[in-house]
Amino acid sequence: MMQFMLLFSRQGKLRLQKWYVAHPDKIKKKITRELIATILARKPKMCSFLEWKDLKIVYKRYASLYFCCAIEQNDNELLTLEIIHRYVELLDKYFGSVCELDIIFNFEKAYFILDELLLGGEIQETSKKNVLKAIAAQDLLQEEETPQGFFEDHGLG
Amino acid sequence: MPAVRGDGMRGLAVFISDIRNCKSKEAEIKRINKELANIRSKFKGDKTLDGYQKKKYVCKLLFIFLLGHDIDFGQMEAVNLLSSNKYSEKQIGYLFISVLVNTNSDLIKLIIQSIKNDLSSRNPIHVNLAMQCIANIGSADMAEAFGYDIPKLLVSGDTMDVVKQSAALCLLRLFRTSQEIIPGGEWTSRIVHLLNDQHLGVVTAAASLIDALVKRNPEEYKACISLAVSRLSRIVTASYTDLQDYTYYFVPAPWLSVKLLRLLQNYTPPEDPGVRGRLNECLEIILNKAQEPPKSKKVQHSNAKNAVLFEAISLIIHNDSEPNLLVRACNQLGQFLSNRETNLRYLALESMCLLATSEFSHEAVKKHQEVVILSMKMEKDVSVRQQAVDLLYAMCDKSNAEEIVQEMLNYLETADYSIREEMVLKVAILAEKYASDYTWYVDVILNLIRIAGDYVSEEVWYRVIQIVINRDDVQGYAAKTVFEALQAPACHENMVKVGGYILGEFGNLIAGDQRSAPSVQFQLLHSKYHLCSPMTRALLLSTYVKFVNLFPEVKSTVQDVFRQHSNLRSADAELQQRASEYLQLSILVSTDVLATVLEEMPSFPERESSILAVLKKKKPGRIPENEIRERKSPAPPSSYHQNSHATAHVNDNKNSSADLLGLSTPPASNTGVLVDVLGDLYNSTPAPAAQTTYNPKKFICKNNGVLFENDLIQIGVKCEFRQNLGRLGLFYGNKTSYPLHNFVTALSNPSDWISKMNIQLKPVEPVLEAGAQIQQTVNAECVEDYTDAPSISIGFVYNNVPQKLSVKLPLTLNKFFEPTEMNGESFFARWKNLGSTSQKSQKIFQASSPIDNDSARTKLLGFGMQLLDGIDPNPDNFVCAGIIHTQTQQIGCLLRLEPNKQAQMYRLTVRSSKESVSMEICELLADQF
Repeated sequence: MMQFMLLFSRQGKLRLQKWYVAHPDKIKKKITRELIATILARKPKMCSFLEWKDLKIVYKRYASLYFCCAIEQNDNELLTLEIIHRYVELLDKYFGSVCELDIIFNFEKAYFILDELLLGGEIQETSKKNVLKAIAAQDLLQEEETPQGFFEDHGLG
Repeated sequence: MPAVRGDGMRGLAVFISDIRNCKSKEAEIKRINKELANIRSKFKGDKTLDGYQKKKYVCKLLFIFLLGHDIDFGQMEAVNLLSSNKYSEKQIGYLFISVLVNTNSDLIKLIIQSIKNDLSSRNPIHVNLAMQCIANIGSADMAEAFGYDIPKLLVSGDTMDVVKQSAALCLLRLFRTSQEIIPGGEWTSRIVHLLNDQHLGVVTAAASLIDALVKRNPEEYKACISLAVSRLSRIVTASYTDLQDYTYYFVPAPWLSVKLLRLLQNYTPPEDPGVRGRLNECLEIILNKAQEPPKSKKVQHSNAKNAVLFEAISLIIHNDSEPNLLVRACNQLGQFLSNRETNLRYLALESMCLLATSEFSHEAVKKHQEVVILSMKMEKDVSVRQQAVDLLYAMCDKSNAEEIVQEMLNYLETADYSIREEMVLKVAILAEKYASDYTWYVDVILNLIRIAGDYVSEEVWYRVIQIVINRDDVQGYAAKTVFEALQAPACHENMVKVGGYILGEFGNLIAGDQRSAPSVQFQLLHSKYHLCSPMTRALLLSTYVKFVNLFPEVKSTVQDVFRQHSNLRSADAELQQRASEYLQLSILVSTDVLATVLEEMPSFPERESSILAVLKKKKPGRIPENEIRERKSPAPPSSYHQNSHATAHVNDNKNSSADLLGLSTPPASNTGVLVDVLGDLYNSTPAPAAQTTYNPKKFICKNNGVLFENDLIQIGVKCEFRQNLGRLGLFYGNKTSYPLHNFVTALSNPSDWISKMNIQLKPVEPVLEAGAQIQQTVNAECVEDYTDAPSISIGFVYNNVPQKLSVKLPLTLNKFFEPTEMNGESFFARWKNLGSTSQKSQKIFQASSPIDNDSARTKLLGFGMQLLDGIDPNPDNFVCAGIIHTQTQQIGCLLRLEPNKQAQMYRLTVRSSKESVSMEICELLADQF
């Protein structure tokens, strides 16, 4: 079972965090800090896996963003790399050549997509088509709802 | 700003842009505070907000939280959003709640109600949203509330596939929270049969759930074995077009395959020969596919394919029943060892570790020894090198031990600091386990100390001593070898310890050779003495007294050493005690008694190596793979572990039986003799710890010792001072057989001290395990002079009963003395200068014990001032000088103590440039006589 997933930039800025195991905020911050520092210190050709406490860390860099997952001893490292890749593919498809800024400005969407792919730390749906279908269905529901807040959007937000 | 998708909240996008444009951290915080104030006023305002606004503000709060700021409001607004009839608002509400979980929130009832409503919605998208929330939070309340609905959704015939998928994982999450949630009976078979579902997404999700259920109750879910095998067989024989979108880069359903292979690792190989045959067929197909040329050059293809392969190998190793498959697996992994991909080399090394423990494949793994040694030496990535070390450890047996140990020793010289300690442990274990010739073992350990002395832990050097003591065939060799090793111009302190101990026991075995005659041995050891820590010096003193017994010809030289000022009057209580006791022992006692007391050490009881336990502790994630068979070998008494340097000093009485250092580890039969001998010499031998020992005044003139002790806890202290700085090590030892919980320490009345002293307590672990000891460092900086000393309060829970103690720290003003040397002339000049009444302080008092010049000297030395001899015309009087260092000023201080033996009275005069200081110094010292 995946314990958490972190997305952070080359500058060490956390862009997205998803925790499948409950920790107090203080611990989360500590873990995040430690892992970001560890991973950013590693060289490009190094192995994508490392042991960290009693967990296995799997990470991969896509352009300016690092994707980092913590999994348990029984979990499969290589396939975790491919979970990351599938998530990147989904983001890419949804946003159309996704970049770091898309994730910053639409973090809630990034969460919704992740929730379709993984649930409770386990893979829920591996088919790209099915996930995109589910997200499209959500977007459709939204569009049917009358857009509001016109005034807000034009200066009063 | 990129285009905003979906319903886009412009206000949010503008805010995010603002934050990104902030030039500094301060600007960012300012902008955030402005926004928080704005949102707060909107939430509190009279105007009711519409759903969109609420959603936008909740989203902004979420963003602020994700930036790392604390958010303490907005929960209610988020909960309101849950009951919105607009999906987008609901979704943001759920997101906020999932991210800022607070399961004990008062709002949990409201949240559960909203989830209930959404679960019963006809729209599967709403149902899934509700289940995602349950899976994200997964609290016990939720398990209770939805323990019925979710299983029903999972197996009901008219549930849509997407909902089933969510339900399976949602149930898994609730099951992890509370195990009772899964209904048994007919549900079992319905859940198991999800493995047969048409929809691969459902099967994948269900496989995770079933894996967890099987772990709890393998027997009940046994039917899943044959279902899993047939599903797997259908997947591995499918062509990649069969499974459509569940094929990932030409690999059919890799996630599901891995899940099924993992599921089968919960059981022994299938009993049914048909099922077993099919499973082996699947495994063979997977191994065959690994040899086929890749269908794509993309790394995703090879990763997915190899993920399945590694999981299949893992199942083969788990089953450990098909020699043919095991050897094939080993060859496959062997190919990966020289693959281009670092990831594959890493995983191959890791899997091979497991293969090495199977009797069928152990030999096959050994064929790759050379490549693995190369990996250890040449890999660029330390985590891969670490795996190589682990594998070498695992593949080591009698036939290759010498070579592997030698290679590991060679590598150790340049190994990364991060893995040295563990490597030292591994080498030590292998050397012991596979030593057919113990001279080899001794050589290996001494090499370890030579190459990586700093990483050789106590367990390792204790162990070599135990083994030498237990095996008389190696004692002469050990003595000769340590003697040679000690001749190196710079040798590690651990070498001095081992050398000292072994020569003290067996130096006589090499004394016949003129090159290692007794006096040569003694001089060699003593040449290191001054470079060593007090702990090692204490050990050497024991060695010296053993020499007195072994070699009468060095007796007088040794006695001179005991008599040396730096030993007999050492500031270190342990050294002082050993020096004086050993000296008296050598003077007073007949050769017969001496020979009995200082007899060779008896054998240690034979037990499992404690080094192995250390290694296990270091690697909680996995068990050390070189499985040690239940072979009997000597081990130290179990309490070694807790017996850190400091306790060896601090509580000599208590741990004497476990202290390898102490001469006080006597042959069992001789215990009485030793105690008697010393008892006669010193009737003041400390009595066994009373109920509560606590005498803070004792620490005015000394820096180390037991500060506090009662039935539950012992607090030892060691301090060092330099100028106006002090560092205290507090050692908390749990004397009970239960852990002490909620262990906290804090400075008492910190406000009283704030202007006098900067005191910093380093944090301590909240749990003090049974029999364990933890250390806390306290740093103190004297800002200006003060009276008395600060106290700390210590709280913990023992057996559910809270305990509280207050202990005064040995931080009296005199600790910041720097001794000052001066001649009579300048002393009297200064003495006269400090003549005004505001600079003087005097006390005349009755002696509390008979006046004794020697003990008074010791106390004054411990007090911290320079004792100036030959200045006072009356030789019985004491004169001292020192400077007190504070951050703000330095205060010179002179002292005169005049004993009057007839009257058993003292007169103490202190003069300093500051009245408060004179008074306090006088006050502190007067209590000591």
